[in-house]
Order: sequence, then structure tokens, then C-alpha cells
Amino acid sequence: MSTMLETKNLTFYYPAEEGRKATAALRDITLQVEKGSFVVVLGHNGSGKSTLAKHMNAVVLPSNGKVYVDGRDTCDESLLLEIRQRVGMVFQNPDNQIVANVVEEDVAFGPENLGVPSRQIRRRVDDALAAVGMSAFARHAPHLLSGGQKQRIAIAGIIAMEPECIVLDEATAMLDPVGRREVLETVHRLNREMGITVVLITHHMNEAEEADRVIVMNDGQVVMDGTPRQVFPRVAELHDLGLAAPATVELMDQLNREGMDLPLDAVTVEECADAVCRAFGIGQEE
Amino acid sequence: MEPMIRVENLTHTYSAGTPFERNAVEGMNLTVMPGEFLGIIGHTGSGKSTLIQHLNGLLKPTSGHVYLEGRDIWENPKEIRQVRFQVGLVFQYPEYQLFEETVYKDIAFGPGNMGLEQEEIDRRVRQAAELVGLPEETLDKSPFDLSGGQKRRVAIAGVLAMEPKVLVLDEPTAGLDPQGRRQILGLIQEYHRRRNATVVLVSHSMEEIAQNAHRIAVLKNARNFMEGTPREVFARAAELEQAGLDVPQITRVAMALRRRGLPVDTAVYTVEELKDALLRLRGGAAHA
Repeated sequence: MSTMLETKNLTFYYPAEEGRKATAALRDITLQVEKGSFVVVLGHNGSGKSTLAKHMNAVVLPSNGKVYVDGRDTCDESLLLEIRQRVGMVFQNPDNQIVANVVEEDVAFGPENLGVPSRQIRRRVDDALAAVGMSAFARHAPHLLSGGQKQRIAIAGIIAMEPECIVLDEATAMLDPVGRREVLETVHRLNREMGITVVLITHHMNEAEEADRVIVMNDGQVVMDGTPRQVFPRVAELHDLGLAAPATVELMDQLNREGMDLPLDAVTVEECADAVCRAFGIGQEE
Repeated sequence: MEPMIRVENLTHTYSAGTPFERNAVEGMNLTVMPGEFLGIIGHTGSGKSTLIQHLNGLLKPTSGHVYLEGRDIWENPKEIRQVRFQVGLVFQYPEYQLFEETVYKDIAFGPGNMGLEQEEIDRRVRQAAELVGLPEETLDKSPFDLSGGQKRRVAIAGVLAMEPKVLVLDEPTAGLDPQGRRQILGLIQEYHRRRNATVVLVSHSMEEIAQNAHRIAVLKNARNFMEGTPREVFARAAELEQAGLDVPQITRVAMALRRRGLPVDTAVYTVEELKDALLRLRGGAAHA
């Protein structure tokens, strides 16, 4: 497998301000993200997860260490366009990311800036809108759409640049449950069907259930790294970090403390219900 | 008892006369009693935000009425400002509205507009800051030097300093991490308790609403859909799911257990409740 993103001893300091010392937002982070994988980065506010995300397409450059995007050093300014073309970023606030008055023009903004010929832009915009399920809204005014729809337009704008990787920096935080589901289903589909690498930054635990890999950050460092089934059973550690495990795992953990013996890696609702029923002797073949 | 707020057959149409004409709220009714903590929940586009902007007269009904303590708030449009002092509205992402040089001045803006004495303004600013947990020394800082969570608390303090009888909040915890959410909900509860204020909380999070509100109004497609205590509403979890609303994960576990033949109550919305229900069930089985 080849590597999409790589950080080597990445350290980042926000500059010192008057009366304040420079603080390390990231400390010595070394990690690789495989091409085609779906990675969720969790952590509470101030853990450094957004700062890490911003290093992934050279919005922010390392104070020390290196970041490579598909082998390209983000510190090399001559590679900036290539890097940004490969990694697209979706931010938290949908209203801050829309530049045009018509949806399809907004989606065309990225490829236009890359100098893509106009006939190709037409095709790319149509394909991108279809990929996020927003074709019917091509001629609508973006500001009249819901939050989830706006975020899908933002994602379409990135897909139209034909990137290899999408980084979503708390892109679901401002959305309601339906909007959140729309965006998550969209990025999961892009990952599955187009092989786009996805890095999803969030503090919603349950968004990580279906990820290939979960990275938990605290105080600028990676403190846990594994599949959801490896990370979520570490309930006590998650609590110490100010995070909660998914309610399914929390429930089984509490029942275990009352003397039951349930598997903490039964993360989804159905798995959890199966495990609890087994413990109660229900649902087994007689 | 006279309701604090009564919304009667309210309809609001956006972009009337254009191809985008749309009823954001249609024939809606709502009653909030004095001292009540009401939760409002609904999917995007269900009309929540449009509804609450009518409660202090920011929007005018296309048809229907809004009554505050029995009086139609639009009876005399010139007095609508008085309504806004009594019904405090905290918008989504209120920290975007901070504008003053210091935290103190920002919190003082609302009470200043009410024409209060300087001494009274000072008392209110300090009390509101204390209530939202802002340390004394932050009052002289620029609001723009604070963290996101602190900024939001300053913005909420600015509304609390007007000492509204009714506090209406639109998604006050959106975008915050679990700890930030707990802090904001704690201070809303504190204001509710101290002043016996009426609170209307709009949220996407069923868990949040269920744990804080006495009563829940569920909206769907610009209309009333369901109303009741958290237990009554969660007992109809399957209907909520069909309506595109997010049912807490733990409620979904209870529903999945019931489908598999375990006789648990599906009107649960905390991990503790379901744990206790299961332990009781196990105890019953052991003694059987």
C-alpha cells in the first residue's frame, strides 16, 4: 500500500503573542495515512486535531519536522498547487466556503482556478454534483440550502478538482443529525466507490464507528491509534481524556462492572444488542 | 394560569411572490407556561428557527398571533422593543455577534439599550458574568482574545444581563465539545433556577433536550408533530426515526433489544436508565 499523507516528527508552535508564550499545538507527530483509507481523528477542543488537519494541504506549515502529501514536501512552495490539487479541505462553517451565487458556479470555482478547459469543467461539475447527490440543485442559490446541502456543495467543489484525498475539519459540527448523516454517507461513498482517501476530524464518537482507523489526540499528541474495535473498548482512558466511548460501549462497560461479561468491541447498535441478548440467553438457536 | 407565551395558528412565508415562496412555519401552535423549560426539536427546515424568531418579534407572522402574558405582541408595533427586553433570544453561534472593545462593554450593551442607571447596568454585567462563569479579570479583556467557549459565554451573558423573563436559545451548544456543552447547559439551568425564568431551548440533540426540558415539542415539515414529556416522546421513538429525527443511540439499542425479544422499556435515553433496566431484568430472571 502506498502512503497518501505522512508526517515526520511534526511539531507546530502558534506564534507567541503579547503576554503569552508560544505554545506547542502539535508535538512530534509521526504518522502515515494509507491511500484509500478512511481515518477519523478525535479529540476535544484544543487537542490539536484541527491544527493537524491544516498541515495536510499546506494551509499551515510545520515549525519542525516534515509533512509529505503523496511524497511531496509541503514546505516546498513550488509544489503548493500540486499539493492542494491532491488534498481538498472542507471546513466547519458551510457559509464561509461558498463563493458564488449559483451552486454550479460555486462548484466550478476550484477547477477554473486550476485552469481546466471549460468543456471539461462542465463535465466535472455535473459529475461532482451527481457524486454528492445534489444534481437537482445545480441552478439554485447556495444560501437558500440547508447546512448539510451546503456542505455537500463544498465537497462537490473539491471533487471537481479530482483530488486523491479529502480532509474534513469538523465539517459536521454545525449540522443537524440529518445533515450530518448526508455528509457522512457522501464521504463514505466517495471513499468506497472512487477510492478517495478521507480524513475526518470530529468530536462525535459515533462518526468513527465505520472508519478503518481512529486516531485520538490530546495535548498535541497522538494518544491512541487503531481500528474502532481496538480504540473504543479503552473506556477508562477515553474518559480520562474528556471523551466518551459510544453509548453502546459505555452501556456494556457499565454492565460489566455489575458482573456481566460483555464484549466491548461490539460497537454498533446491532452488535451491542446481539451481545446483550446472548448474555440473556435470547436469540440463540435451540 | 396564564401562559407565558402562546403561539396561535402561526404561519410564516418566506420569499412570498417569488418562485422560492415557501412556508417555513404552517399553522403552528405552542404554549409555554411561566417557569417552564421547553425543548424544541426538529429536522433542518422543520421551522424551529423561524418559530423562535417570532417569540420576541424579530419576525412578524404572515398570519396567526403570538401572545406574551396574554397580550398580542404586535398589538402596538411601536412597543415591540419592550417585548425584546422581556424575551431574550440567543442566536446560533452568538459569539459571531461580539463587537465591543471589552467583555464588560459587550455585556453592558443590552442593558444600556434598556435605558437603565449606570449602577444597575454594572450590577447586571457583573452578575451575568458570574453566572456564566467568567472570571472578574476577563471583563477588561477584548472578547476577541478569548477562547471559542468563553466567547460564547460572553455572548450569552449579554442576553442574561437584560434579565429576560423568557430565555430562548437556538442551538446554544452547536459546535462545542462535550465539556463545553455541559458548561453551557449548566449555566442555562442555573439561570432558569435562580430567576424562575421560562426557558425555550432549541436543539438537534435529543439527549440534550431530554436531559434538560420538562416538555418537548417536536416539529416536522413546518408543522407541530408531537408534544409531551421526554418519556412520552421517547416512547414513540420509532415514529421519531421515521420522521428523520435522530433518536439517541441508547434508545436505538433498547429498540433493537425489544425486537429481539428482551422486554425492555424503549422510553430510555441515558446509559444509566438502560443499564438499570437490564440489571432489573437479570435480577428478575435470577430469582425466577
